[in-house]
Amino acid sequence: MNQDANHYYIPTPSAWPIVGATAIFFMGFGAAFTVNKIPLGYVSLAIGFAILIYMLFGWFGTVAKESESGKFNKQVDSSFRWGMGWFIFTEVMFFAGFFGALYYMRILSVPWLGDLEHKLLWPDFAGGWPTSGPGITDKFTPMGAWGLPAINTALLLTSGVTVTWAHWALKVNKRGQLKLGLFLTILLGVLFLGCQIYEYGHAYSELNLKLTTGAYGASFFMLTGFHGFHVTLGALMLTVIFFRVLAGHFKPEHHFGFEGVAWYWHFVDVVWLGLFIFVYWLV
Amino acid sequence: MASITHPGHEHEHEHHGPPSGIMRWLTTTNHKDIGTLYLWFSFIMFLTGGVMALTIRSELFQPGLQVVDPEFFNQLTTLHGLVMVFGAIMPAFVGFANWQIPMMIGAPDMAFARMNNWSFWLLPPAALLLITSFFVPGGAAAGGWTLYPPLSTQMGMGMDMTIFAVHILGASSIMGSINIVTTILNMRAPGMTLMKMPLFVWTWLITAYLLLAVMPVLAGAVTMLLTDRQFGTNFFNAAGGGDPVMFQHIFWFFGHPEVYIMILPAFGIVSQIIPTFARKPLFGYSSMVYATASIAILSFIVWAHHMFTVGMPVTAQLFFMYATMLIAVPTGVKVFNWTATMWRGSMTFEAPMLFAIGFIFLFTIGGFSGIVLAVVPVDIQLQETYYVIAHFHYVLVSGSLFALFGGTYYWLPKWTGYMYDETLAKTHFWLSMIFFNVTFFVQHFLGLAGMPRRVPDYALQFADFNMISSIGAFGFGFSQLLFLYVIIKCVRGGAKATDQVWEGADTLEWTLPSPAPYHTFETPPQVSFDEYHVQNVQNVHNK
Repeated sequence: MNQDANHYYIPTPSAWPIVGATAIFFMGFGAAFTVNKIPLGYVSLAIGFAILIYMLFGWFGTVAKESESGKFNKQVDSSFRWGMGWFIFTEVMFFAGFFGALYYMRILSVPWLGDLEHKLLWPDFAGGWPTSGPGITDKFTPMGAWGLPAINTALLLTSGVTVTWAHWALKVNKRGQLKLGLFLTILLGVLFLGCQIYEYGHAYSELNLKLTTGAYGASFFMLTGFHGFHVTLGALMLTVIFFRVLAGHFKPEHHFGFEGVAWYWHFVDVVWLGLFIFVYWLV
Repeated sequence: MASITHPGHEHEHEHHGPPSGIMRWLTTTNHKDIGTLYLWFSFIMFLTGGVMALTIRSELFQPGLQVVDPEFFNQLTTLHGLVMVFGAIMPAFVGFANWQIPMMIGAPDMAFARMNNWSFWLLPPAALLLITSFFVPGGAAAGGWTLYPPLSTQMGMGMDMTIFAVHILGASSIMGSINIVTTILNMRAPGMTLMKMPLFVWTWLITAYLLLAVMPVLAGAVTMLLTDRQFGTNFFNAAGGGDPVMFQHIFWFFGHPEVYIMILPAFGIVSQIIPTFARKPLFGYSSMVYATASIAILSFIVWAHHMFTVGMPVTAQLFFMYATMLIAVPTGVKVFNWTATMWRGSMTFEAPMLFAIGFIFLFTIGGFSGIVLAVVPVDIQLQETYYVIAHFHYVLVSGSLFALFGGTYYWLPKWTGYMYDETLAKTHFWLSMIFFNVTFFVQHFLGLAGMPRRVPDYALQFADFNMISSIGAFGFGFSQLLFLYVIIKCVRGGAKATDQVWEGADTLEWTLPSPAPYHTFETPPQVSFDEYHVQNVQNVHNK
């Protein structure tokens, strides 16, 4: 293995994890109380979020400082790579769960509900897709693929290009192109989110397509919603990286902070392609 | 590192020792401290879940309702399962991983030392959510630890607290697993190649991958439960085109690998103990590695054997039945390898070895009853009966838990620097062994006779066996106080342990002093192995 392991950086005791655990304590109870509309819950949730944000700034700030002061050698760098890679794998598995639910409902449970056995219960239900299920009779219009979603696909794919363009610049130390590339990536990400918000408004006000619209509504909003949440996280991460670039961080040969965010951004991109095909297109 | 100097900047190798008092434990980045935290936490949760179990057994001591009302009984069975699985067994194995993996592969610490601390400190908030849910309106979750809808989509806020607890526990497990994978893949000492790693390290590497693959799926499943409950989605509601059975599929896609998450590290511990006390290298090392990997891979394609009675095509039943039986092959390889390791060994029977041998006997019984349950026509008869309860307590209590006991006695001298009280430890073993079987063996008969699980009352013909089982349960429960006493006694003092501790032990941690210093292997040792996997360690600098 690595011969320079002698200098693996082990941080000294740190308060950030216990601050983070405190945040999670407030958030856990806060969320459970909030969904049950207990007023204390909102307060607790807000306190939890505030502590979490404080912790994130502090913890990542510490790591950035350590990185810039040269404490992370090659072996630490490769720890970060393994860690980030497998973290993204867990994210993929999280989405796989929801894609699995979509598959199950489309291929199995909805057709079953329309079969002969269920005619007694729901004589008029044919079992086609998209559907709000046999028991929810509100009419709705499914979301088309070739309007805004196609534009969103273009936005995200372009942002994948711009972040790579920025990475090329970083590797040859062209700081101007790096800043421009990152800025464009963030801009495209924010535009994407804006389009998503507009699309949700359109769905609710004009298509009568809601979270409560049975199997189609649940899978549509949960999949695109969690994706949008991840785009938001990715855009925040890109913003942090952007400010670090402005502060002169990252060197051509040492910049995993940047690469980790770029990996995450590509992951978000790939999930979107799955969404575009299975949620929007093949309806 | 040394080539880059920043004048006036703090030095990276300053070790002032840990802060004192409570701050040491709150802020620690030391794998040994964090391992200790995990182990004590899991023991507290073990006692908590144990009290619930004993309350359940008190109610079942006689037919009729005596001690608790049925609603509370259901909350107890649910929380007993959740607390034992997520609070006791899993964190205990992570505690072993924290203590042992860096020492066994010659690493200075875990790869992400601060995140390691966070993984641990996420557990107490989650445990609080679970335990305090007993006291909210409607009480704790009562739909069984598997949280099946439609029960779980109907209950009170205790279920929401359980859902968020599961989210937090999942986040903790994921961070712990990322740490373990990275540590093993990136921080082994020179010469410690993958196929030379101690089997405990191998089993944890594979377990960590299982966790990474399935904990996010569980998070997704409980998220769908939450939105079905609170935000009007219809994932598990047939009227909306969903299906309650879909939850079972998603849950058991997590749940079956989860079963192996709780047993593979136990295999690892037993694979360390048996060669030590048989004074022979482990028989079939590489086949053990491949068997572990095979079990892990197969665990992803057997989930529906938990749900044979929900209605599925016969072809699906056959597939899941045969796939399940296939797991007996690599598991058999392991059992035979352990037996072959003991064959003609020069064996002694200290407490760790007793627990390891007890493990082999009783885990094999649990494995066989698992094969019985895999047979579809039999399972349709035995689904939701005490036979299932007996089966999974044989693999989880006399499997996972016995391995944890054995591992504790095995490494306690290395951790504390003192030998534990061998007589008391052996007493603990025999009491556990006898009372465990008194408790759970009779449950096979109850199940075969048709007694359903998760009911507080039962027909009169089940009375005798239930009484025997309850007596055994109390015996087993109180025996664990002896375990606590032995540990406290050992932590406080006793005969000084040598560095080697066990004559036949040959992994890297035994080259360190006892107790292991706070920081070990800051300079990686040079490890080499002879043809029998016996290692030769040079250049160990202990501070």
